[in-house]
Formats: sequence, structure tokens, C-alpha cells
Amino acid sequence: MIRPDAPVLLEIKDLHARVEDKAILKGVNLTVRAGEIHAVMGRNGSGKSTLSKVLAGHPAYTVTAGAVSYRGQDLLALDPELRARIGVFLGFQYPVEIPGVSNLEFLRVATNARRAEQGGEELDTFAFEDLVRERLNVVQMDPAFLDRSVNEGFSGGEKKRNEILQMALLEPLVAILDETDSGLDIDALRIVAGGVNQLANADNATVLITHYQRLLDAITPDYVHVMAAGRILRTGGKELALELEERGYDWVDQELAAQAPVPLEVA
Amino acid sequence: MAASLTAPMALADWTQQWLKGLPVVDGRLAAVQQRGREALAELPVPSSRQEDWRFTDLGLLAGLDGTLASSPRDAGLPPGAPGVLRLVLDGRSDPLEGVALPAGLAPLSDSELSQALGHTLAATACEHHWPVELNHAAAQQVLALRVASRSSLSLELVSTQAAGLLPLRVLLVLEEKAELELCQFASARGAGLTSLVLEAHLGRGARLNHGMVALGRNDAALLAHLAIEQEPESSATLATVAAGWGLARFEPRIRQVDGSASTTLRGLQVVDHRQVADTHSHISFSGPEGELDQLHKAVAAGQGRSVFNGAVRVPREAQRTNAAQLSRTLLLSDRARIDTKPELEIVADDVKCAHGATVSCLQTDELFYLQSRGIAADQASALLKRAFCEEVLRDLPGAARQWCRFEHLLASA
Repeated sequence: MIRPDAPVLLEIKDLHARVEDKAILKGVNLTVRAGEIHAVMGRNGSGKSTLSKVLAGHPAYTVTAGAVSYRGQDLLALDPELRARIGVFLGFQYPVEIPGVSNLEFLRVATNARRAEQGGEELDTFAFEDLVRERLNVVQMDPAFLDRSVNEGFSGGEKKRNEILQMALLEPLVAILDETDSGLDIDALRIVAGGVNQLANADNATVLITHYQRLLDAITPDYVHVMAAGRILRTGGKELALELEERGYDWVDQELAAQAPVPLEVA
Repeated sequence: MAASLTAPMALADWTQQWLKGLPVVDGRLAAVQQRGREALAELPVPSSRQEDWRFTDLGLLAGLDGTLASSPRDAGLPPGAPGVLRLVLDGRSDPLEGVALPAGLAPLSDSELSQALGHTLAATACEHHWPVELNHAAAQQVLALRVASRSSLSLELVSTQAAGLLPLRVLLVLEEKAELELCQFASARGAGLTSLVLEAHLGRGARLNHGMVALGRNDAALLAHLAIEQEPESSATLATVAAGWGLARFEPRIRQVDGSASTTLRGLQVVDHRQVADTHSHISFSGPEGELDQLHKAVAAGQGRSVFNGAVRVPREAQRTNAAQLSRTLLLSDRARIDTKPELEIVADDVKCAHGATVSCLQTDELFYLQSRGIAADQASALLKRAFCEEVLRDLPGAARQWCRFEHLLASA
């Protein structure tokens, strides 16, 4: 839902970042207001996943220029755990398996860390179990997954549901979902997308990173951005995604060449 | 490596001095003491020149006061499980004095003792090992118990080593279909050595579940031989957790005398500072259809050193053996050292013998995943370390699970 007067939650300005010696983000600009759903599309290697990891604070990425403010606060100055506690959530493309850490305990510790930041009371084991059982419904997840180790032996679909369950518990204001649709069959995609739709409201915002239109059939974006060569090349409405579906990404190369010719590196 | 060259000399001197200082041979272990002292006078002390001691320097012992420790009886022992008999081993007094044993549990008579003592050590080929002879030479008491056929019992053994030497000798005979859950707690309160030799003979269909928690200190050493003989259809589970010892050496020695038995080994050793922990396990199958499930884990921090050597012997008569061994180490410092080695000797041709070893650090991606959910970096790494240890800790029986708070294990790691 686009409301021009809605508060700005996330503002990315001229963001540059690299991993090791390789520059990946080369000037990303993006403004996200409360109530909005954004889709970021683009080819592999265009910088989509890097953008999500930089926003979450992955230690392998270094920001070389630019700024990110989250509700007026300098997001890049914060440790990853603080970003999460104040309401920034990254849904992982490949959720990590952590043998030996119980999923239930992990969810409880994470939820309590977020609640403490919001001035809420810490939930004891029993109160948390009530909460988590209610939130399981958002993604129609079997309670048996709570007793297992975090993501260990989960199928691709189960891992993604577990991500959305975490989102349902943490109630972030900005959720960045990195290829949440990858590895999902049609039914799982419907359930996961249904979860995201249930959690979206006028006060929060969602940034979907995806290759495919099919996720956007289930979650209608307010804005679609096309990334290429580490920048957002074009922004439009949901029709832009349909256009991409139809025309592919070849036009992106032409547009890139026309807009800002990148000197060829001489080997 | 000057230390490893000088240590054997110093240790040899220490041993000879120590032998001279021992009390005169006496009591029902007199013959054993005599034998041990004669053997030690002759045996070369373990040094890095011997394959079994290549990585483990016993130099720490040479600095110890070798007199027999007077164990404090009270000293901060953990709570026991309600209703479970607890025996305190202080190395000097008879642990059964004034104790009413439950039905199904009885002390061995002198004649039974002389017949059984050392039998399993010989069967598992460790009766001449230096640490065993040291125990022979010094042990004043032996706790020798028989669990009657079809009885099911729980028992706790606790010991606190003060400054000096604490020799502990235990002999258990489990009759046919007897069951024993044995929780053992060994701690150190002073610079010294705990020397443990435990033998257990499991009759047909018997079950032993042994959990040991050993919490030491930088100036204390633990040398433990756990020798088990298993008749067919018996089951032995040994879970051992050791942390904080300047030097800890465990030698679980298992022999399935006629195969068809089941052995489960779980080990966790934690080293920090300049501590050394070494597990040399030895399992031999002397018959068909034996099973082994072994998981050994180590956490190495500081300049700690962890050694694992897992010998498995599967001779021709041990067809259809099913054995799995896994060694996993978590390396928390770039100055810590790991030496891990499986040692499989397989002659039988129709067997499954899996083995593996991993050494890893805390994974950046796992840490980041936890942090990205609001969990602070130090809490995230504690969660991951605990998860690593949990796989062994959860297999400790009875009260032993509570004796071993993860926080104590890794207080400084």
C-alpha cells in the first residue's frame, strides 16, 4: 500500500559495498515507507543478495561508501544483533543448519532479545510455547519442528517456513526476504507467501528479493526494482515484473550500456 | 621441544623417588602392590618416543608431591540422585565401611577378589601399562562389587583429590542380565594425581551404563583406565566428560569376548590454557556380530592440546561386526593443538567399520545467522559451543547430567 505521507522506515543512499576485493554494490538508492512491499529483481550477480546481507550486517561485506538509515538511525553503525532487535529482519536464501541448538530455544532467545529492546517482558518457557504455537499457524508448520535442531534436516520448504515463523515471532518493521521462493514447490510457495501477506500491515514494510514473477503472483508488490551491476537500474510498479517475465533481462544490458558506459577492463 | 627430552629423565627420577616413599605393602592388595612396585622399578616411563605417548607429555607428574593424598570427605561434592547409594572413594578407607548395600549388590569375598582382580586388565591387554602399574603400586583399597543376576541398580562413586596421589581401584562383576547405572564424579582440589583403574566384567545379557564427570585443575593430573569385558548380548555404555585437568589421559579398553555385544562410547574432553587431554580407546571384537558406536568430541582453546587415538580390532573371527567411530574437534584458538587418529585393524571381510574425523572452528555463517536474529555475538558463540558438547552431555546417565554444567566446562574457553 503506497501512502506518500507514511513514515520512511529505510533509506538507502548511494550504497557501495565489496566482498574481499570485489566491488559489488555501486551506488544503490532505495526508500522504503511503512505499508509498502518492494520487489528487487535482477540476474544472478546483480547484487541483490549482497544488498540484503549488507543491510543485515554480514561480516564478510564491507561498506565503502553511502549510508543507510533505519527510522532515522544509522543502521550501518550497528552490530547485526542490534539491527535485528530494533526491527530489521533478513529471511535467508539458505537458512543455516545448527545441529545441537534446539529450534524452540533458539526462537525463544531471539524473541526475547527483540522484546527486551521494545521494553517488553521476557517470556518464560510456558508463555513462549503458547505464543509459538499460535504463530505456527501463520505458516501451517508442524509443532514437531520445534523440538528439532535449528533447520537440521529440514527440507527446503520447511527451512523457508521456519524463516517466516521467525519473522512472525520477531515482528520486524522491515523484512528483507532473500529469494524466499527458491527451492519451493507450488504448495510451499503458497503457504510461505500466505504467511508474508498475513504479516504485512500498514506499519511495516517488506522487501522481496526474487528472480521470478511467480512469487509476485502471490504477493503483490507496490514497487518493482531492477538491479544490474550493483545499482537499481529501473523502478516501476508491478507491471515491470510482468514485463521482465516477458522480455527477459537482455534489455538491461542495452540500458546499462546506454546509461553509464563502463570502461572495459583490459586484461 | 626441550620439555619432551628432559621430562622422561625427570619423570624417571620422580618415579624412583616416589616408589621409595610408598608405605610398606599391606592389606588385601599387598601382592598387587608388590607386583606394581617391581614393575615400575623396571618399566621405562612413557615418553614421546613411544607411539602411544607421542603427543602426551607426563612432565606434569614430575613436579607433584607423590605422597598419598588425604582426601577431604566433604569438599563441594555435587548433589546425588534421590535414593541412589553414594560411595565416597578417598583412597585410604574402605568405601563400604558402615554402608548398608541394597539387595542385589554384594562385596566380593577375598577369594573371589583374588580370582577376578586383574582379569579384565589382562583380557584387554593393559595390565602392564605404566599408569596401571602405578595404580597397582599405590592403591590401598579396592571397591569390589558384584551385581546379582537380574538385579537393576544405580550407584554413585565420588572422589576428591587433594594435594598428592589419589589411587582408585574399582572392580565390578555384573552377573547374567544384571543392570548397573554407575555415575562417577572425580574432582581435584589440589596439585596432584588421580589414578583410576576400573575393571568391569559383564555377564551374558548384562548392562552397564557408566557416566563419568571429571573436573580438574591446571596443576592436577588424571590417569584413568576403564577396562570392560563383555559377554554376548551384554551392553556397555561409557560416557566420559573431562575438563580443566593439566593432564588427563583416558584409556577405555573394551573386549567383546565372544562378539554379539553392544558397546557405546561417548567422550568429551575440554582443554584450555596449557592443558592436555588424551583419549586412547581400544576396542577388540573376539567374536562375530559385535557392535560399536563411538563418538569422541574435543574442545580446544588457549594453548590446550587434545589427543584422540581410537583403536578398533576386528580379527577374522569377528565377522559381521558393525562399528562406527567419529572424532570431532572444535578448535577455539589458533594456538591450540589437535591430534586425532583412527586406528582400525580389520581382518574379517564381512564387516561394517565406519570412521571419521573432523576439526573445525566456530562457523561464521552459524554465528551470523544467530546474530541476525538478535542474539549477541558472545551468546551466539556460547550457544554453538554448548550445542557441540551437548551431543555427549545428553548421554550422561542419572545425576551425572547435572554434575556437568556446560558453564563449568567452558568457563574460560
